[in-house]
Parts: sequence; C-alpha cells; structure tokens
Amino acid sequence: MIEAKNLTKQYGDKTAVDDLTFTVRPGTITGFLGPNGAGKSTTMRMILGLDAPTRGTVTVGGKPYRRHARPLQVVGALLEARAVHTSRSAYNHLLALAATHGIAKSRVAEVIEMVGLQDVARKRAGGFSLGMGQRLGIASALLADPETLILDEPVNGLDPEGVRWIRDLLKGLAADGHTVFVSSHLMSEMALTAEHVIVVGRGRLMADMPMSELIAQASSNAVVVRSPQAAALADAFVGADISVSRLEHDTLEVTGLTSAQIGDQARDLNISLHGLAAKKASLEEAFMDMTRDEVEYHAHTPTGHQIRSAS
Amino acid sequence: MSTLTARPASTSEDSDFLTVEPVTAARVLRSEWIKMRSLRSTALTLLVGVVSMVALGWIFGWANNANWSELSPHEQASFSPIDATLAGYHLAQLAIGVLGVLLVTGEYATGMVRATFGAVPRRSPVLWAKAALYTGVTFTLMLGAAFAAFFGGQQLLSTHGTTLSADGAVRAIVGVAAYLALIGVFSVALGFIIRSTAGSVATLFGLLLVLPTLGLLLPSSWQDKLLPYLPSNAGATMFSARTAADALSGTTSLLVLLGWIVPALAGAALVLTKRDA
Repeated sequence: MIEAKNLTKQYGDKTAVDDLTFTVRPGTITGFLGPNGAGKSTTMRMILGLDAPTRGTVTVGGKPYRRHARPLQVVGALLEARAVHTSRSAYNHLLALAATHGIAKSRVAEVIEMVGLQDVARKRAGGFSLGMGQRLGIASALLADPETLILDEPVNGLDPEGVRWIRDLLKGLAADGHTVFVSSHLMSEMALTAEHVIVVGRGRLMADMPMSELIAQASSNAVVVRSPQAAALADAFVGADISVSRLEHDTLEVTGLTSAQIGDQARDLNISLHGLAAKKASLEEAFMDMTRDEVEYHAHTPTGHQIRSAS
Repeated sequence: MSTLTARPASTSEDSDFLTVEPVTAARVLRSEWIKMRSLRSTALTLLVGVVSMVALGWIFGWANNANWSELSPHEQASFSPIDATLAGYHLAQLAIGVLGVLLVTGEYATGMVRATFGAVPRRSPVLWAKAALYTGVTFTLMLGAAFAAFFGGQQLLSTHGTTLSADGAVRAIVGVAAYLALIGVFSVALGFIIRSTAGSVATLFGLLLVLPTLGLLLPSSWQDKLLPYLPSNAGATMFSARTAADALSGTTSLLVLLGWIVPALAGAALVLTKRDA
C-alpha cells in the first residue's frame, strides 16, 4: 500500500510534482501513466526517499520508506535509470544488497535464476545489454520478496518473451496480494497489464480510476454508422455533446451517442441502416485525449501552411 | 534466454526459509566490504599504494647509502634514516586519496548509489561503514608497508641505517600509517560532499600538494602561522622523527589533522541526509 498526500516537488520555480494525492492498493496492478516530464520518476523517487518532497508526505505500508527496519522487504524497486556499478558483477551487486538485510547467498542465486541471468552473473554489469540490465534490476527488486513493487518502465529493452514474462510475474504478484505500481509509456502493454491507472500530466493528478473506466470515458469512443441516407441521419444528430463526421458518402462517425440510441433514432426517422458498429477507444487514445494539453514537450509536425508562413 | 519461466505466485516459493533481517551497522559494513573487494580498481590502487611506500623507502635507502660520500657534511648531519625510508608516503597518499574518493563518487557516477540508498534509506550508516572500513583497510596495509619500507630501507642504508629501537622509529612507522588512513577517511568524506570524481580528486590534490607549495610564496611570518595547519604538513610533523624546533608537537599535529577530518565527516553526514540522491 502506497499513500501519497499532497505530494509536491519543486526544483527552483519549476514544479515537477504538484499536489499529488493517491493510494496504490494491494492485490492489483496499478499503472502510472503520463507524458515525458509529467513527474512519474520523481514521484517514484520520493516514494523511495531518494528525493525529499517539498511539501506533502508519502508512506509505504503506513510509514515513510526510510523508517522501516527492513526496507527491501517493504519495497522492491526498479528505477528507470540504472542503479548498478558498471565494474561489479551482477552476482556481487546482489550479494552486497543482500548483505544489508542478512539475506542468504542461496537467495541471491535464486533471484539470478529467476530472471535468467545465471550465465552472465559473474560478468561485469557494465557490459550488459539494456534487457539484461533490466533483468538485473528486477532481480534486485525481488531480492527480499517485498510487499510492494515499484517498477519504472520495466519492459524497456526486453524482448517479447521478456515482456510477457514481466507481465505474468506482475500479475502473479498482484494475485498473491502484493502491491504493484508500474509506469510504462507502452500503452498497449499497460492496457494488458494494469487494472487500475493513475494518470499525471505536468505533475498534476489527472485520473485515478479503473482501466475500464478510463477507456470508457474517452471521447474517441465512437459509433460508425452506414446508411444510404447518411446526410439525413447526420442532420438528425444534434446536441451539445454530439459530434458527427462524415467518413465516406454513406458512412458517419458519431460520438456522444450509443449504438442503441442511434439505432432507435434511425428507426423513428424511418431511415435504414446498413451498418452500426461501436468503435472502442484504445488506452492510447484515452491517454492522448486526457493529456493533450498537459504534454511538457510537444513535437510539432510542421504543416504546409506553417512552412510557408515561416519563410 | 530460454531458461526463463514465469513464476505466477510468490517470488520466494522455493525458499520458505527466506529470512530478512533488519538493517544494522554491522550488516551495512559487511555490504560495503563486499562492494569494496568486488571492484578490481580497489586491489590495483591499494597495490600502487603499498608498492609506492615500500619501493620508494628501499630506493631512498639504497641511493643515500650508495652516494653517502657525495652528501655535504650538513646533509649528512641532518639525514634521518627513519624519515628517508618512509618518504614513500608522499606517493602512497595520492593512491589512497583517489581510491577513497572513488569508493563514493564511483557510486554516484554509475547510479549505484540509488541501489545503496534503496537498501539503506537512512543513508548515514553507509558513510560510517565506508569510513570505518577504509580506515581499517588502509591502516592495516600501510602499517605493513611502512614496516617493510623501514626494515628493507635500513638494511640498504647499511652502516648509515638505524633500528626499530631508535628514538621515534615506532612512532614514525605507526604515525605514517595513521596519517595515510586519515587521508583515506578524509577523501571518503570529500567524495560524499562533492560527489564528482574530478572535483573531489582536484580538491584533495590541491589541499595536499598545491597549497603547501603556494604557501611558500607567502611572507615568512604568515608561513609560520598558516602552513603547519595544512593537513599534509600537520601529518608530516605528526610522525616525523626529526622535528624542527618551531614545529607543532606530535599531539597538536594529530589534533590539527583531526580538525580537518572531523568537520569533513560531519559535513558529509549533513549533506548526505539533506540532499536528494
């Protein structure tokens, strides 16, 4: 269980994390989403006590992380940036971490095998590929079998098999009652893994809800209608929240109405329908929708008009 | 990696006996010992320190003996067979200082420090463990090296040499090892305060090598007031067998040296817990 209350971090006059209040509950995977620079990594670092909040508090298991007698048993963390000395072997890295908590050598060997690093465990960690580095980070996180796992972009650099392994591992841990808090910019992966999502934009909390609800409320949920009298049908759909766009001469995309409402209305107007299909938004669309105005670093695609006006 | 298998349940299903103990000073010390011995640079740099100490002591012994007749009467009268054979500390202190800095800044440079503080979030036990461990390691090694330099050097000095029973000999040998160990702790503290390898090494070398030389350009009345309080000069008077009349006493020199190290450690402990890692 992670509880953040009014968590705020300022660097000079720039606010990286702005008054975040949220709870990450055990027994489920909570996804942490936000555009680059939204404050995800800073939030995770504050949970671990690596960065001190400017205001507010964050606790894990009821206490600030640093107050725990056995911190590694409370939280296992994989941060986005590497946290391994490049000249030390994976085995010695884990052995040194294990020693702080009196964890046996046999457990070190066990986590190495669990992440599949047994063939390279005695080699310098500096020579590891991105995927191997991630596996070592995950081995460190699992070392003391922690109650809570905090993973920043865990599937970064993993091959498809590794991605699937992480997904199954996290689901197993959540099913087992662990708290799993995971950030990722891979929306498709997040949609498959997380049941609950916390969305941040420019440091502020934008959503804290079940995944299904986030997707359901996206404006890109639309209904595609095909009708020989498309124009007449389009004229019938009026309302503040309703928008209609014409995809083809006989095809409309309608948002703000359900398939049932459209079907009923067509029947009332005696208009025949040749097709009626609900188009479900992806997590990516829901996310883009929500964070459109909160993106820190926009990549502008120059249009012809802009190019002309600039010259 | 084909051996990879998903573990759907707890990650410790094979180890019902997984025991996790509270973090204590002794466990952090053990962890730091594993970290120190598992880097190749540790052994290499310490070897450079030991070799500098021993080889230079022998070279100075041999060279002075071989060229004794060329020394002026004044040089012959002021020659200290103890100091000459321990002069390798000038080089050894640089190796020890660099390694002390690297034990800390190496963690900041690679990101290891996040794993370290993740396991020991109170942080200050890491400082105390590194400082204690490095003091112990350098003192032990340098004491052995100083004895080897002394005995070998006296052999090579032949009739111009002296013995362990000579006045100040034991104090000089133990003192030089203590000085080097204290420089080690000081460099660990500098590493925590400055965090960058280049900055810490530059500061250390500036303090040990550049300031004593620059100080010689000051008027002599200023020199007398300032120079004895530089760490390298205080160290030298602490263990030197041949003390100038106006120099600080051995005990005062040790206190002066501690006057550099204790504030550095306190400063390191303070910034360590205050700053973001």
